[in-house]
Amino acid sequence: MTEEKIIVTVTGQDKTGIVAKIATTLNECKVNIEDIKQTIMQDYFVMMMLCNITNSPDSFSTIKDKLTEASKSLNMTIWVQRKEIFDRMHTI
Amino acid sequence: MTMDFDVHNIMETIEMIKVHHLDIRTVTLSLSLRDCCSSDTKKLSAKIYDKITKYASNLAKCACELEDEYSIPIINKRIAVTPISIITESVDNPDFIHIAKTLDKAAKEVGVDFLGGYSALVEKGCTEGDKRFMASIPEALASTERVCSSVNLAGSKAGINMVGVYKTAEIIKKAAELTKDKDGIGAAKFVCFCNSVTDNPFMAGAYCGVNEPECALNIGVSGPGVVRWAIENMDKKADLGEVANTIKKTAFKITTTGELIGRELAKRLDIPFGVIDLSLAPTPAEGDSVAGIFQAMGLSDAGAHGTTAALAMLNDAVKKGGIMASSYVGGLSGAFIPVSEDAGMIEAARKGVLTIDKLEAMTSVCSVGLDMIAIPGDTPSATIAGMIADEMAIGMINKKTTAVRVIPVWGKKAGEWVKFGGLLGEAPIMKMHDCDSSVFINRLGRIPAPIHSLNN
Repeated sequence: MTEEKIIVTVTGQDKTGIVAKIATTLNECKVNIEDIKQTIMQDYFVMMMLCNITNSPDSFSTIKDKLTEASKSLNMTIWVQRKEIFDRMHTI
Repeated sequence: MTMDFDVHNIMETIEMIKVHHLDIRTVTLSLSLRDCCSSDTKKLSAKIYDKITKYASNLAKCACELEDEYSIPIINKRIAVTPISIITESVDNPDFIHIAKTLDKAAKEVGVDFLGGYSALVEKGCTEGDKRFMASIPEALASTERVCSSVNLAGSKAGINMVGVYKTAEIIKKAAELTKDKDGIGAAKFVCFCNSVTDNPFMAGAYCGVNEPECALNIGVSGPGVVRWAIENMDKKADLGEVANTIKKTAFKITTTGELIGRELAKRLDIPFGVIDLSLAPTPAEGDSVAGIFQAMGLSDAGAHGTTAALAMLNDAVKKGGIMASSYVGGLSGAFIPVSEDAGMIEAARKGVLTIDKLEAMTSVCSVGLDMIAIPGDTPSATIAGMIADEMAIGMINKKTTAVRVIPVWGKKAGEWVKFGGLLGEAPIMKMHDCDSSVFINRLGRIPAPIHSLNN
């Protein structure tokens, strides 16, 4: 079975509890975090997570809905995308 | 093929989508209706309706799912069918409007924005069936919402069917007149071609050619805003070879994204993937403009001297980048220049910098032709026919696709404003030449196909 991977990108004002909240939500969906990076871009906090959803009992859209709800409660913007879009765009 | 988990790449992709309007402009289901023929209008219509609703039932739903999973907007969902002139050829006393309304109803039922293929291919001449079909086009456009129509009038190996050209000019006038309460929107759903393309996913000219398979998914990707942004980020002193290279790289990124979505959608619909058409199609949204690319290259306005050269380079570089990214690049691929759909061109037309003559020159190097141009409602048919003949000649001699989509706006004169709304945008009505073309046009006949050697 091919692995299903997603990239979660969270942006907004830096505050406490962002990583904790998103990671908890992912844990509830039994999604494994394979890598995590964060940086500040133009005064904005940016966090990206590479996650593996292969073993999650939830569908992509359920996971996305839960993450969107979590980011709303943090007043952050979130992008949840299948990883292939980045693979295709940036590699020959 | 996986990339490193790279912050810069991820942010670039998100910025291309969010700020610079990278989108999948259209997913178009190409569907053959050749097995729907019948001698009875009602039987034919029932077969057409059943086939379209069967094949396209999941198109909109699956497209929405992909939109969500990749966070890339899919703007239009469309269907292209076999030219209806061919399907109706053997119907006894066909009721064309009933058939057009059936297509409209099927399109609405499956939730697609437009259905193309109310079309005829008459570059060499018209059959009896073609003649009666073409006469029905204006009313079909006026009595439907989502049906698009096209006619191929010329080809590099056939010449120009001047009888068809004249009839087409009258179709355009009539379609605009019948929809005068909506500023002639009927004419905006009609286009005539030279060297029309059988796998084009873009409207109004999409149809499923007779050489195409039973069904296929063709995809149109766009992104003039992304190209403009890439050029704006370059050093202002970068030479044009470097600019062309940047366009190629950007086109590559746009195309790979499009192919990913196209192949995934085709898989989910369980139909073959057809082609990806990489066309820079502007929208009235700020920044999503082909004119904006010319400005980023260093021209003050679309229409400035140098615009044709800039467009030629753009069109070629887009194709080169796209070809590298996918084995199945097809359709019209290049840069569109629809006046009313491009904020920068609207502004240039308002200032009087962008004229019909300059646009005609630009069509010799762009991907299609004179597109979405509003003209005075009282323009004589012979003048419109002359304009079409000029455009067909450019395509015929240069072995490229050219097209004309003009809207004679009833009751309005040059300089007045017209609003079509949505993606069709708005535009000032352009001035046409007041000279008389009627004696030339009324000679009718067919302009012979050109010689294909001694190229100079």
